[in-house]
This record gives sequence, C-alpha cells and structure tokens, in this order.
Amino acid sequence: MVNIEMETCRLTDYADLESYRANLQAKKTENKVITICCGTGCLAYGASKIGQSFKDEIKNQGLEGTVSVKFTGCQGFCERGPLVVIRPENILYQRVKPEDVSRIVTETIRNDLILDDLLYTIPSTNEKVRCEEDVPFYKKQLRLVFGTNGYIDPTSLDDYIQAGGYQALNKVLSSMSPDEVVDEIKISGLRGRGGGGFATGAKWEITREAPGELKYVICNCDEGDPGAFMDRSLMEGNPHSIIEGMVIAAYAVGARQGYIYIRNEYPVALKNSEIAIKKAEEKGLLGKNILGTGFDFSIKISRGGGAFVCGESTALMASIEGRTGEPRANYIHTSEKGLWERPTLLNNVETLANIPLIINKGAEWFYGIGTGNSKGTKIFSLVGKVHNTGLIEVPMGITLREIIYEIGGGIPGGKKFKAVQTGGPSGGCLPEEKLDLSVDFDELSRAGSMMGSGAMIVMDEDNCMVDIARYFLSFLEEESCGKCVPCREGLKRMRQILDRIIEGKGQDEDIELLIDLSESLTMGALCGLGGSAGNPVLSTIRHFKDEYVAHIQEKRCPAGVCKPLIRYYIVEANCNGCSLCIKECPADAISFQGKKQPVKLDQDKCTKCGACYDICRLNAVEVK
Amino acid sequence: MVTLTINGREFSGASGQTLLNIAQKAGIDIPTLCHSHAVSDYGACRVCLVEVEKRNRKRLVTACLYPIEEGLKVATDSERVIKVRKTIIELLLARAPDSNDIKELATKYGIEASRFRDVTETSNDNCILCGLCNRVCAEVVGVDAISLVNRGTRREVALPFYDETNDCIACGACSYICPTKAIQMKDTKEIRTMIWPNSKADFKMQQCESCGVHYAPVKQLEYIALKSGLSVSEFNNCPDCRH
Amino acid sequence: MSVNKDSIYNIVDEVVVKHNGDPSMLVAMLQDVQAQLYFLPRESIVRIAEKLDIPLTRVYSVATFFRAFSLKPRGKHNLKVCMGTACHVRGAEKVLDKIETELCVCAGETTKDMKYTIETANCVGACALGPVVVVDNEFVGQMTTDKVKTILEKCN
Repeated sequence: MVNIEMETCRLTDYADLESYRANLQAKKTENKVITICCGTGCLAYGASKIGQSFKDEIKNQGLEGTVSVKFTGCQGFCERGPLVVIRPENILYQRVKPEDVSRIVTETIRNDLILDDLLYTIPSTNEKVRCEEDVPFYKKQLRLVFGTNGYIDPTSLDDYIQAGGYQALNKVLSSMSPDEVVDEIKISGLRGRGGGGFATGAKWEITREAPGELKYVICNCDEGDPGAFMDRSLMEGNPHSIIEGMVIAAYAVGARQGYIYIRNEYPVALKNSEIAIKKAEEKGLLGKNILGTGFDFSIKISRGGGAFVCGESTALMASIEGRTGEPRANYIHTSEKGLWERPTLLNNVETLANIPLIINKGAEWFYGIGTGNSKGTKIFSLVGKVHNTGLIEVPMGITLREIIYEIGGGIPGGKKFKAVQTGGPSGGCLPEEKLDLSVDFDELSRAGSMMGSGAMIVMDEDNCMVDIARYFLSFLEEESCGKCVPCREGLKRMRQILDRIIEGKGQDEDIELLIDLSESLTMGALCGLGGSAGNPVLSTIRHFKDEYVAHIQEKRCPAGVCKPLIRYYIVEANCNGCSLCIKECPADAISFQGKKQPVKLDQDKCTKCGACYDICRLNAVEVK
Repeated sequence: MVTLTINGREFSGASGQTLLNIAQKAGIDIPTLCHSHAVSDYGACRVCLVEVEKRNRKRLVTACLYPIEEGLKVATDSERVIKVRKTIIELLLARAPDSNDIKELATKYGIEASRFRDVTETSNDNCILCGLCNRVCAEVVGVDAISLVNRGTRREVALPFYDETNDCIACGACSYICPTKAIQMKDTKEIRTMIWPNSKADFKMQQCESCGVHYAPVKQLEYIALKSGLSVSEFNNCPDCRH
Repeated sequence: MSVNKDSIYNIVDEVVVKHNGDPSMLVAMLQDVQAQLYFLPRESIVRIAEKLDIPLTRVYSVATFFRAFSLKPRGKHNLKVCMGTACHVRGAEKVLDKIETELCVCAGETTKDMKYTIETANCVGACALGPVVVVDNEFVGQMTTDKVKTILEKCN
C-alpha cells in the first residue's frame, strides 16, 4: 500500500490545512481502492492474511500505483466477514478466503467482472446483491459517524484529512468563540452516548462555567458493557474523529490537558490512538499552538486495568489518578470537581465522534434527525440470536422490529424471538410486545430498559430469562467494586436467591425478596453500577414472570437451560448409533448398544454438559 | 450561612458542613457505621441515608457526605429511608450475625433475623468492610499498614500479601475504631498479637528498664521517636517509672 | 516461571523511569511489568512502592482490584473465555465447562504443567462472533464444545 504522509511539516494556520487537504485530493492517483475490514471480527476470520495476499497480488500483476489496498477499521457487518469492498463502485465481497484474492484482482479489478459467488445473498429471495449500500443490513442504516470507518486507514492522518477531517476544528478555531461552540452543541440536542444520556451541551456549559484555571477533558473508552463494541470500533477505525472532538471540547470548556481512558482489553484501540495522537501533534493539530492559534491542548492515554466499574465517572478518574477504581459520592458533579478535584469534562467515544459532524453540518441539521428528546443517530451492536450480527448505526426513533428483522435479518434456525436485551447490565430485557417500540432514550426507559451504550442482544426461545437475570447478577457481583453495602452484599444475596431458584429450591417469597433488594439497590447504592443493578432482575420479573413461576413452583426450566432442572434424552427414532456422542461425552454416560441401534444415556452419570446435544447431527438428542 | 429544613424544622449551618454535622448537633438520630469525626468520610455503609428534596425531586443520599444547601428539605425517617435502611441493616446482619453492635442496630429497627442469611452459611468474621480501620491507619496514624484488598464480594481488610507487617506499628488504632470489633488485639506480656479478619501478626513489646513491665509495642515507640525527633532512649521507661 | 530478584528489580526500575516515576501512572506501570513477567511477583509490587515512595498498601490494593493483574504465575498459553452477554446467550458456559473438563482446572487456574491458564473475561468486545475464546491474543469466534480439543492441540 502506498501510504506515505505527504509532508511532515506542521500546519500553521487555517488556510494551511485547507490547502494541504486540496493537495491531498489532487494528488490522488489510484482509480480503485480495495478496502479490507480489519475489525476484530474480520481479523478473527483471517483478514490480515487476505490483506497481505492482495498486496502481493497487486504487485505481481503490476497494478501498484493504480490500485491501492487499504486496511480499514470495523465496517460493521461482522457476521459475513472477512469483508472486502472495492471502491469507488462499493462492490461488497463477503466471506472472502485467501484463495479468492487472485481472481478478485484478475476479474474484478482488471476486467470489471463481478464474482457472483462472493456476493451477499438475501436469504429469503436468493437474490445476489452487488453493492454495499444495497445489502439489507446496510440499507436501513444511517451511517453518519460510523460510515467513515470503511473508507480510511486509521493509521493515516492524510486519509482522515482527505475525507474532510479537522475541518470542524478549523471552523471552530477560526470563526467561533467557546460560548458559541457550547451553544451549538446545546442546540443540536446531543445526549451522551455512554449510558447516562445526559445532555452534552449542558455538561460542556457546566464545565466551562466552573471556576478554575486547570480543567480536563476525558474521553471514556472503557467500554465495559458486555455485548457492546462500538467505542472499540470507532477508536480502532477512526481515532482522529475522536481526537478532533476532544480538541473542540477542550476549546469550548477551556481545558489544556486531555486523557483517553482505554480499557485493557482493546490493544488495537490503544495502538491506533497512540499513532493518531503522535501524527496530530506532528501536524500541529494537537499539542502546543494548535493551527497557529495559540491554543494548547495535549492528550495522554490512560490504560484501564480491567474493571467494569471504571466506566463510572468517579471510578474512572480515581483510576487515572493511579488509585483503585472505586467510585465516590458525586454530590458535587465531576464537571466542577473531577480529576484531581479540578473541573473535568467526561464524554464517551461515540459522543465525541459526533462533535465534528455537528460543527460541520450545523446544529439544526443534527436536531432534524431523530425523535423528541433523542437527536441524531445511535450505533448499536446487534448481537446474539440474530442472523446479521454486527455494528449498525440508525437514526433515533427506528423500531426494534426494523432493527432486528430488517437490518438483522431475523432469528436464525427458525427459532422464535423471545427478548432483546438493551442497555447492558444496567438495562433490561424487552419482550415481543415491545418490538414496535421506537428506540430512543425516553422510550427505552419507559419500557423498563435503557439506551446504555448501545448493546442489543437478541434472545430466542432457547434462552432462559431466569438464567439471563442470574447471568447479569453474577457479572455485576464480580464487577462491583465492593465499597458500598447494598451493592456488595445485596448483589451477592440476589445471586444466591437466583441460584436456588435455578437449582429448583426456589420459594414463593423469592420474587418478593428480589424486588425488595433491587429497589434498595436502586435507591441506596453509591454509584450508577449499583443504582441500576436491579434492572435486569426487575425487567425479567416484569415481562417474564411466568418463567420464574415455572422454576419456583413447577421446578421446571421451560427453555431447557438451567442444568439442575433439565434432562437430556436420546430420541431413539432418530439415533442410528453412530457413536459420535459417546466419544464426546466426558462422563461416560452414553453407551453403545450395537450397530444401527440407538445409544443409551445413563441419567445418573450425565453431567448435563450438553456435549452430545451439540455434536449430534441427527437431532437424536433432546433436552427437556 | 445556609438554611435548610430537617424533618420540617429549620436549621442553619456554615457552608461546607454535611447534613450529618447539622443533624448530630441538633440531636437528630441518624445511625452511622463507617463515619468517624477522626477520618475523612467514605459513604460505604449507607445506613445514614436520608431523603433530600430539591426542585421537587426526591432522592436518598448519605448524610455523612452530602453538603448542606440553601432551602434543602431533608427527611431523616421517611418511609423510603426506613425501608432501604432496614434492608441494608438486614444485609449487614446476614454478613455479621454475631456482632453485638449490628444486632443492636437491627433490634432498634425491629429486625429479628435476616431474611438473607442461609442456614448453611458458616463464614462470619464480623467485618463489614466499613473502611474505618484503613482510614485511621493512613490518615491518623500515618503508616498505611492495612488496606482494603480485592474487589467486589471478595473484598477484605488485610495486610499487603496478608502477611507483610513491615509498616504496622501495632498501635491498635484499627482495633479501637472498628465498629463491629472485628479486629482483635491481645497482649501477653512480651508480645502483642494483632488479629485482623484475614491476617495475624505478633509484635514485640517494650519492657520498662525500671519496673520490667511491658508497656507498649517497640515499633510504635520507634515510630513516635522518629516522628517527634525524640531519642528512642526517652522511651526506656514506662509512664509510671518516668516520674 | 521463576525470575530472580535482581532481574525483577531491573524490569521495575526501567518501567518506573519510563513513566517518569509518576505515581498516577501506577496502573500502566503494573501492566508494563506484567507484560514482561506474565504476572506480578511479590518483589515487583514491593519494589514499585519503594521506587514511587508510596505506601505498599496502595500498590497492593490496586494490583488486587483490577482483573488484568495476576499475582500468581500464569501458564505458557492463555485461554480467555469471553462470558459477555452475546457469548452467554450463544452458549459460552458450555464452552468454558468443556475447556475446564479437558484441562482439569477451573477458570482462574493454571494447569500443573504450567502449560495453560484458563481465564474468563466479562466481554472482549468481539460480540458478533460469540462465543469467543481468546487464545494467546488470537480471537477464535463461534466456538463450540467440539472445537475445544482442536484449539488446545494447536497450542504448542
């Protein structure tokens, strides 16, 4: 890939940046760009090997200079990875294998022929789709923030500038006062994308007005919500957009020092943001005397140590200060007294990535997208029991049904939809009746869930809601810092109650006890983690009480999940004695009965690990 | 001066004071476990929760940390306060069922037994992780010998690595401040044994040159000598024999 | 793995210098030390406290608070089973069970031969691939119980 930064000189004023951009755009020589998605999903499917093969092939076929190969961040459609998109036509090839590379170059790049077998096929109609934008997964999306990921190499500042990057910063520094910037964000109606949904403009205003010379801006990339990975993908795939957002925020609130707090589990995000910071500094877009305006702002990276609670503002700040990530009471808001007791603006990755967009296109434009109190788009990670898993960006107000069935392609395996969990461990599970709910901050809260950071986990009839509630509680129990009594002791007791329900030892009063403890947590816990920890329990009791009752009164797990309440059976009519399950069984519970004879399962020995069920190709193992 | 109402009565105090300061001065009973005037407030035990009303919004806050505000309406015994406080006390009782102090508090709130403790449970060290011991050690004594280690339900009070006694001077401040008597201190002439919920260590006692009585831990005297600039020999005699 | 005291001190000292002896970089320092030693030996924790002139209790509390740190030696290969929600609903528990049965140790433990350490993570952020197992930093997606033996055999 030809990717040499044009010049290493600093940009010293506004005009400088614009002429640099014009220069980049004029210099563009290649007529085709092959983009290879290098998000975590595609990498796991071997994207880097494919990328290397493309580079070799382009070289072998003498196409260097006219065709470039670009490794991009996550493009979203993880389910069909590795993804290769040929631009400018946006031809999408999915599930690409290394052996496909040479024919792609020969046929598609050289001869403009489409390789049908690599195109996406719409399952219901068997129709092959050629362009990225026509794939149903992308069609309903509005990819304002996330879309750029597919076009740029995250390690190249030139790519970002060419795509219009740092234009917003230029506009802000050259023609807007800090107050005007704050007003613009307030007018846009942007709300924090990290979970709380606090009005971003108001937060900026409080920090701006807080007395003190030293102020900080922190970008929260401690994406701990299980099931969410949009912040990771943005930080990995387009770090400059976040940096640009931070510099604008710093200018608006009057901060000179910033931190990006990145969780330990995201090494690529760490690497790419480090590169981006360095390059932005070299170009004079970050650091001292930004674009020759005399405005200074620098960014340090702080690595998390693996603690969900550090997504909580005060815990995150304690961790940056080098202490245990323990929250403290924030009766005085961190906007006034935050990091080292100084006024601190803490924004989430996705929130900051929206900032350049709002500045460039205007607050009114942004305000025009979305619903009443929820403006703009939201990135969701659509995962779990759904056909098209991946990251999606949709306008606020879209319905759950549109997301799950039109973008997500519905539930695989002919199974029935049961629930969708939104908002991570602080959120709730919504049943089928809520599928036409329009997705925004207020509607989700009203239904007993929340927006959270945007995890959307689809569950089908094979998922047990009592098990899901227990899952979230044990997650939170492990992630609780342990400081306050309601959270530390309450979560432990709630998990114990759910344990006994799952073991078939539940008592009638257990549901009452769970509600009681959940409410005490909501009202009495110190921080947001504990304060919302009861939600998964309350929402499953609210919408799926019958499952609790089945466990407690009938000692039965209707979904066939809770081990102590289920049994595996051999369906004799389906079994041909192939013995695959016998080899797989770790407990020697299955015995061979002769050729073509159904095998026998000894219930006393069975540990209910489910290995036989998973391995059987004949549907001869059933669970009840 | 800031004026506010607590349980319908008007009070005033200097800005920066907490609700607990004002309530205690006025003789309004708010239970506390992790609070001590000797150390910074922490807000962990949550039994001092009270209900505050601001802009028609009510919420529960810890009285020990909440700074007083002009016009604030506070209720220290509203239905919600009592309900949540009782659940918290029940949770504490399940954790430390043998602690007399917790039992007394429970009785005061009409709790006979905790609904949460399983009959088969055996663990019981009386420690409620209020963090008073480590705060007094760090903030008052200034040695930072013990701390809260691990996270979540595995959290404990311990010496570093459970056995590192290098910084401990055996002063016993942690034992005295502990609201549930979970930290024990035993003196047997030459030796003082400190017993924390998860660690135990022996410390040598200083013997009086004159009367031979063992009167204080050697390390504590050394620490005082170091801090005060006095010579260690100043501590050769027990208080009685110094005269 | 056993490392002598002097080399631990050298590693710690270099890391402390790299971060300008700034106590607010404690978490990063512990990470850097662990990156070289694979765990945090007692000596390293004591040394950091000395070098930064901060209480040992503070370093020890931080080291035991964050999940990223291990105070026990780890095996040659690291199997991190993601227990995030997306993985959970697609059967992560079963995968973990199978790995535990195969290696005869529980999550958080290391096999006697010091070859494997099993860990769980509360979401590794690869939710679209669930269930996910991260084998020595490599993501294996759509894990099933019958793939377990293959991934273990690949570790050598």
